[in-house]
Amino acid sequence: MTLLNDRPTDLAGTGSRLVVEETESFRVHRDSMVSPAILSEEHAKIFDHNWLYVGHESEIAQPGDYVRRRVGGRPLFMVRGVKSGDVNVFHNSCTHRGAVVCRQDQGNAKVFQCFYHAWTFDSEGKLAGVPDREAYGGTLDWERLGLKSVARVESYRGFVFCCFDPDVVGLVEYLAGAKDYLDLIIDAAPADMEIVRGTNHYGMDANWKLLVENSIDGYHAVSTHDTYFKYLVALGTDLSVGVKGTAHDLGNGHAVLEYEAPWGRPVAKWEPLFGDDAKPSIDGLRAGLVERFGEERAHRMADLNRNMLIYPNLVVNDIMALTVRTFMPTAPGHMEITAWEMAPREEQPDVRQRRLDSFLTFLGPGGFATPDDIEALESCQQGFTSGGVEWNDISRGMAREPQANDEAQMRAFWRRWRHDMDQP
Amino acid sequence: MSAPAEVRRPTRAEVEDLLFEEAELLDAWDLDTWLTLYTEDAHYVIPATDAPDGDPTTDLVLVDDDRLRMRLRVDRLNSRKAHREYPHSACRHLVTNVRVGEPVDGEIPVRASFIVWRSRNGKESTWVGGYTYRLVAVAGELRIRSKRVELDMSSLRPANDVAIIL
Repeated sequence: MTLLNDRPTDLAGTGSRLVVEETESFRVHRDSMVSPAILSEEHAKIFDHNWLYVGHESEIAQPGDYVRRRVGGRPLFMVRGVKSGDVNVFHNSCTHRGAVVCRQDQGNAKVFQCFYHAWTFDSEGKLAGVPDREAYGGTLDWERLGLKSVARVESYRGFVFCCFDPDVVGLVEYLAGAKDYLDLIIDAAPADMEIVRGTNHYGMDANWKLLVENSIDGYHAVSTHDTYFKYLVALGTDLSVGVKGTAHDLGNGHAVLEYEAPWGRPVAKWEPLFGDDAKPSIDGLRAGLVERFGEERAHRMADLNRNMLIYPNLVVNDIMALTVRTFMPTAPGHMEITAWEMAPREEQPDVRQRRLDSFLTFLGPGGFATPDDIEALESCQQGFTSGGVEWNDISRGMAREPQANDEAQMRAFWRRWRHDMDQP
Repeated sequence: MSAPAEVRRPTRAEVEDLLFEEAELLDAWDLDTWLTLYTEDAHYVIPATDAPDGDPTTDLVLVDDDRLRMRLRVDRLNSRKAHREYPHSACRHLVTNVRVGEPVDGEIPVRASFIVWRSRNGKESTWVGGYTYRLVAVAGELRIRSKRVELDMSSLRPANDVAIIL
């Protein structure tokens, strides 16, 4: 695509060198976690060719609303076109000499003006103003000099994705089995979903794939998050239900865990820590789900938790709250993480309060659990540098029907990673 | 808990004594004593970095603790299972630029600036921002009814978490 992306052609087979699957053994070489060369291959082979999450349509509800994002390591911005009402995603770079044209994280604008030489673009990307244009003697190609849209932009149920590869399959085909799970999660809301104000912008000194694994890892919950479970018990939660369920490969590297857990779910599962006052509201939501979807689907929506990975770097976890989380490596041993809370619009205030509490106490970086995940992943990264041990073992559950505390869902990710990284 | 109807505006030195005592207790990891500086109806809030005016009843924040959750946070940090903070990091809370306002409804509004350094496992983290307190007099002693911590940070990325009490 660009000169910088031209690379030697002897890189085929990287995936199969690093991910080795046998009958009942699945190993991942730790070079995949520490090597700068592997990271640059990941940029070229994974992040430049797969659909990546940009944001949610509710964040740019009105014409001219915009949000600035880094996607796949690149500064972009997403804006609702004033004329078209379309969701536009542009490379955030002036077509004249390069400066970023969207310089605030969010806002509303009819035009985006590059401050360097004051070239101006409208919300559809069209070049709308060039100071002292006579200097070009009428030769300036205004059409060609519009803001550059990302090669592909599509959205599904409000989730906006983009892809830098114009030849990628359509988004719905790409989502494969993850589509049905997104439907399940979105359908469970009594109204359209929105992103709640307040974002978790944090990071970890760990390889990005450690957070892929961690986000869909049922095995670590009890050991790593002891203090969170103690917190639940202190507030009256019955832990006897435990964490149990199943894991599913959703195709194209996507995977999900679906399981029962002791915590309450604002979507429609009341727990003592929500307080007696919230019980009628939440029981009412549950009755609504049964009415709309029948007992079986309502049970899945209300009672079961879902930790879902959408390859390569989007996590939609529908647990004690609903989080949308994406992350990008900045180095083999560091990633930037952005996590949002998603919730139904115009939610009843008591339910919204329980949802906010549930999110920040478990999922937030100031909560009772996420700091310990950060510690665990950074600890793995430190452990890798010790050397001596070359391979991680990801074979849990290969000898049985995979459970939610097994590693089948991680293998689904790694198989796709291997496929992408085998490309020349 | 109701504060006396007439509240004397404390001197800055009196307020600083309380804030410096809090900082010292946090740095010493004496969290049980730290909790005694707060009223039974206390609230401790840290808004998100991109919404420093965030309202914890409608917006996602980083920390939204009532007194019970403060107690449970202290229990967590006192345990050996708060992995991010076991063993405990070395912390230093610096509190400065203290401004004491006129009492309103029995509460004394206080603003201050802070820097908190954490050093652990060869890694340094820093949080910078402003404190907004509401203090009350309880049996002649100043106590904290509310502490709000607004971070002057465009993201949490240099620190990665808020595992300690700021």
